[in-house]
Amino acid sequence: MSITDERHRALGLTDDEYALIVSLLDRSPGDTELAMLSLMWSEHCAYKHSKKLLRRLPTDGPAVLMGPGENAGVVDVGGGLGVAFKVESHNHPSAVEPFQGAATGVGGILRDIFAVGARPIAVLDSLRFGEPERSRRSRYLLERAVAGIGHYGNSIGVPTVGGEIYFEDPYEHNCLINAMCLGLAPHERLIRAAAAGPGNVLVLLGALTGRDGIGGASVLASAELGDGESDEAKRPSVQIGDPFAEKKLLECSLELLDAELLVSLQDLGAAGLTSSASEMAAKGGVGLDIDCDRVPLREPGLEPFEIMVSESQERMLCVVAPERVDDVIAVCDRWETRATAIGEVTDSERMRILAAGEVVADLPVSILVDDCPLYDLEPAPPDAGAPPLYAAPSALLTGVEPAGDTLLALLSSSNIVSRRPVFEQYDPVVQSRTVRRPEQADAAVLALPTGAAIAVAIDGNGRRVACDPRAGAIEVVFECAANLACVGAQPLGLTNCLNFGNPEKPHVAWQLTEAVDGLAHACDSLGIPVIGGNVSLYNEGPSGPIYPTPVIGMVGALPDPARAAGLGFTRAGDAIALVGAFAPGYAGSELAKLRGAPVSGPLPPLDEAAAAQTHELVRSLVRSGAARSAHDIAEGGIAVALAECCAPHRLGAWVTLPAGLDPFAEALGRAFIVSGAPEAMAGLNVIGTVGGDSLSLDGIAELAVSEIVTARERRPEQPLLG
Amino acid sequence: MIRFPGSCDEVDAQLACQRVGEAVILWHGDRDLQGVDAVVVPGGFSYGDYLRAGAIARFAPVMESVAEFANDGGIVLGICNGFQVLCEAGLLPGALLPNDHLRFIFRQVALDVVRTDSPFTRACATEPPTRQLSIPVKHMSGRYYAPDDELRRLERSGQVLLRYAPGHNPNGSLRDIAGVCNEQRNVFGLMPHPEHAVDPLTGSVDGLYLFESIRTEIDDRARLAA
Repeated sequence: MSITDERHRALGLTDDEYALIVSLLDRSPGDTELAMLSLMWSEHCAYKHSKKLLRRLPTDGPAVLMGPGENAGVVDVGGGLGVAFKVESHNHPSAVEPFQGAATGVGGILRDIFAVGARPIAVLDSLRFGEPERSRRSRYLLERAVAGIGHYGNSIGVPTVGGEIYFEDPYEHNCLINAMCLGLAPHERLIRAAAAGPGNVLVLLGALTGRDGIGGASVLASAELGDGESDEAKRPSVQIGDPFAEKKLLECSLELLDAELLVSLQDLGAAGLTSSASEMAAKGGVGLDIDCDRVPLREPGLEPFEIMVSESQERMLCVVAPERVDDVIAVCDRWETRATAIGEVTDSERMRILAAGEVVADLPVSILVDDCPLYDLEPAPPDAGAPPLYAAPSALLTGVEPAGDTLLALLSSSNIVSRRPVFEQYDPVVQSRTVRRPEQADAAVLALPTGAAIAVAIDGNGRRVACDPRAGAIEVVFECAANLACVGAQPLGLTNCLNFGNPEKPHVAWQLTEAVDGLAHACDSLGIPVIGGNVSLYNEGPSGPIYPTPVIGMVGALPDPARAAGLGFTRAGDAIALVGAFAPGYAGSELAKLRGAPVSGPLPPLDEAAAAQTHELVRSLVRSGAARSAHDIAEGGIAVALAECCAPHRLGAWVTLPAGLDPFAEALGRAFIVSGAPEAMAGLNVIGTVGGDSLSLDGIAELAVSEIVTARERRPEQPLLG
Repeated sequence: MIRFPGSCDEVDAQLACQRVGEAVILWHGDRDLQGVDAVVVPGGFSYGDYLRAGAIARFAPVMESVAEFANDGGIVLGICNGFQVLCEAGLLPGALLPNDHLRFIFRQVALDVVRTDSPFTRACATEPPTRQLSIPVKHMSGRYYAPDDELRRLERSGQVLLRYAPGHNPNGSLRDIAGVCNEQRNVFGLMPHPEHAVDPLTGSVDGLYLFESIRTEIDDRARLAA
């Protein structure tokens, strides 16, 4: 198969982009060159619609050791240790083949973490699907994606410590699978991806190279998904994961770094060798010669372009001084991991690809990495009179139900019901660090060898961002920080995954621009740097774009893991306090969804300085031990938050809500339910007492704790989560 | 502690053993057991478990030495994947089949200690005679199976040491069996992970009873030998 010039469109390049390539090269690109360029110039690799926007995000902070641009960002956690973390999407592969798509999403993010020299210590996931009650396809995607995540994480021995799942119609044809990984490294083992030292050897580690994932970056990640039939034809583009191979590759890579045998290390992700090699060359200001004939193949007859763009999993690329190549191969042999010298570093600043003794590609590194045109978005808010962007959800409640029934309906609704059946498919404890497991606290807590700990949470709420992209994005950051505050953690940094529709559509461009603006603003006001992330655009199906879904993963530090508060009430007789200014609204709430209300704003205004002070207060209550439980008020309002506090230890409560407070209205990231000894809660806004076997909301509703537990745990009509 | 490629919980098990004594990690390709007093075959996914859980690991060179060690009366503990490996190696009776619900399961379960007259459960002896332990399970293939007559024989000879408490069987194991030993009572396998229940910070501490039992047994044997 050869690629002719007419095929640049099939490869996803526009006519203008192709013309630019011809003028930069002053000739037509060869087949292999065109394949490489089409991938490097894809949205997935070049961020051509988002790069300018992302410059708005703050990336500096006192704890930042490595920021955006590396395989993963790293923050300092004291004691000579750094924590690397990053979130990444694997949306389109998962919509095509959910088990392998989700599994290799986990595999890919793990490699990003050990590529910087950190041992992966935790995985979290953020998932979005269509409505499980109405959609068999969504139930299938959920079941298989969860199995795929578990298959990879459980087998490789990295605990899955948290995550979130939402179900909404706009994700019906475009599910979201975002995976986040954290890793731990001594400072001296951290390594960057820059190739250096002309004459040094380029060594490919790990699996054989095959035809899987060819064109994945351009065909899958940068175009809208269509109907089911053509998606199935794309299945060969989804990679197949092998966690056993990755486990060996991981142990092998860390041993190579501990022995100081490597100059640099990089994982092979989207666009395979092309992307990882050219990024290494660009960062080091050098060139690379790669000989395709030396790349070990899984099947004979691969064309040079296929070798260069294959997305076969479980591979890494490293630069090694010539005199150390034998030592590297010896370590790899012990771990039964293949290591092959496939090229060398040059001072040409060009990528030269050889096959059968011929040069099949000879491109300046800069044209691959830097010269892709960046596009200005053309954002336009939706017209006031235009039909809404998203159809209103179908109504399940009429609005005349008694409050107790409404609370039960919320507790058993797909977005609020317990995630236990999902978390039970993941190992949260391997590596013996996990102090707070999923659903024990608002954030996962992992003990460090220093005696201190880190906390991590992942959050996103697409429906509220759809109502108001700027305010919704701000809320997401505050909610994630609020989750950390509940376990006593101070945020150190965050990573984001921006899941949006087609940015060439003005209203999607507007959502993206507004949301990034909101993120930047929230990061500034909380003083939290963005240390890395990922953008996933073109998330659309036949019925239009997904909800704009920025997902935030945040890591913080706490001094004493033993004091990390759980979310549930722990002792009868404790006082219950409402901490933080709380003036919630109906728009964008779960109740609004259950009643079939249109998806539109405004969201309640947020006093950011006051919210930041509230976070600080909760953090200090937890750290001092005054708070025995802490839970942020989120989806479903204060009534759902209180019910969630009752469920874990089967403890009821008597509560009198502040006058006029709607029990189900929402405002995220600013208010908390805290419990503790009455004297420890003195001075706070005490609204009730822990005790009894029912949750009594004075004048509103009374529910037995057993009813709450049943509503949260089981839904007969939702077999997958039941 | 044996390390196979694909082992995941060997460091966790080492940490647990270090709470009651010293522990070293032994490489799957080596035959030398380095004079240890007891061998732990840890959890994980040895060799990826792609064929069948534990089916490849039983052929590892180190397992020949473990079999000799066991036949000489040495104490061998198999946890989860280690239990599967010991069954595959014929050192323990029965087999571990895929969970009845066909999914991976993680859950903190309650275990009834059936017998305390073994090197692995002796520290559980207490009044009333059965102690309940809270220990997590995490596995894809943990459904204990043996033919009926074999099960009857196991029960008669007191080889069932641990049972899932009523309502806690997470995988469809026959007769709620969570852990069995060999006839000589020196080889024991269990699906729950006692090494993940040794620290109040990260969970329960009930797993320590098993490690303390082994420690006491080793001390007693050393005294008898001396």
